[in-house]
Amino acid sequence: MVGMAAPQTVPVETPDVDEVPDADRAWVTIVWNDPVNLMSYVTWVFQKLFGYSRSKAERLMLDVHHKGRAIVSSGARERMEYDASRLHGYGLWATVDQG
Amino acid sequence: MFRRKGRHCVAYFDEHEAKVLRQCAASMAAMLSDLDRDDPAVMRLFPDVYPEDPDEAAEFRRFTEDDLKASKLEHVTTILSDLLESGGEVRLNEEAADRWLRALTDVRLTLGTRLGVEDETDIETELDEAVLQDPTSVRVGQLSVYGFLTLLQESLVAALSR
Repeated sequence: MVGMAAPQTVPVETPDVDEVPDADRAWVTIVWNDPVNLMSYVTWVFQKLFGYSRSKAERLMLDVHHKGRAIVSSGARERMEYDASRLHGYGLWATVDQG
Repeated sequence: MFRRKGRHCVAYFDEHEAKVLRQCAASMAAMLSDLDRDDPAVMRLFPDVYPEDPDEAAEFRRFTEDDLKASKLEHVTTILSDLLESGGEVRLNEEAADRWLRALTDVRLTLGTRLGVEDETDIETELDEAVLQDPTSVRVGQLSVYGFLTLLQESLVAALSR
């Protein structure tokens, strides 16, 4: 991802997966780092699509940026496919995998 | 560049900027209307949701690609209808700003793929080098446009988040 101007501080890492029942934990949506999308835009997309707080969205964005990928949602397979296609609609590189 | 004015994001485009942006949107629309699956830019805009399972990926694609293509087309068309050929003021509400951001993303992803942009790529440096080689090259033009679109998108995200 591309950042503009302002330096970023990296917050303490915490697990990203929300509390969901074990049975629904089987599938995950993964967003992968790409060299084009802006850090600010990716944060905005996470807030917009998932209703995440700014701090959670930023943490996920930084995970994508620094680690190359992040799990942005988890749950039933159909739901993950839906999330991935919405992310594709915003130009993010998303895949679905079994968690 | 976009600024926040009340509930709108507002930018002024001169004639040259309007021409460049409309050209980007038009060529994007053309690309979307006739998808070439071997084009790396197309692969980036329509990524495989199951990279390790081609059959499942194809199945998913069969069900979702038409909608995704239609929405991408709608977004770039928005730019063509919101921005006059002569330029001037563009005033976007939140919904329109969303469509612009998505269109700008797709155009930047496409250009970025064509230019071979990587994580370490510094556009200013690339541009300086390209100008030294041949100031009239296609690459110089594409890098300038890419840089302009990056700043434009950054300004729109900032205006929208305010």
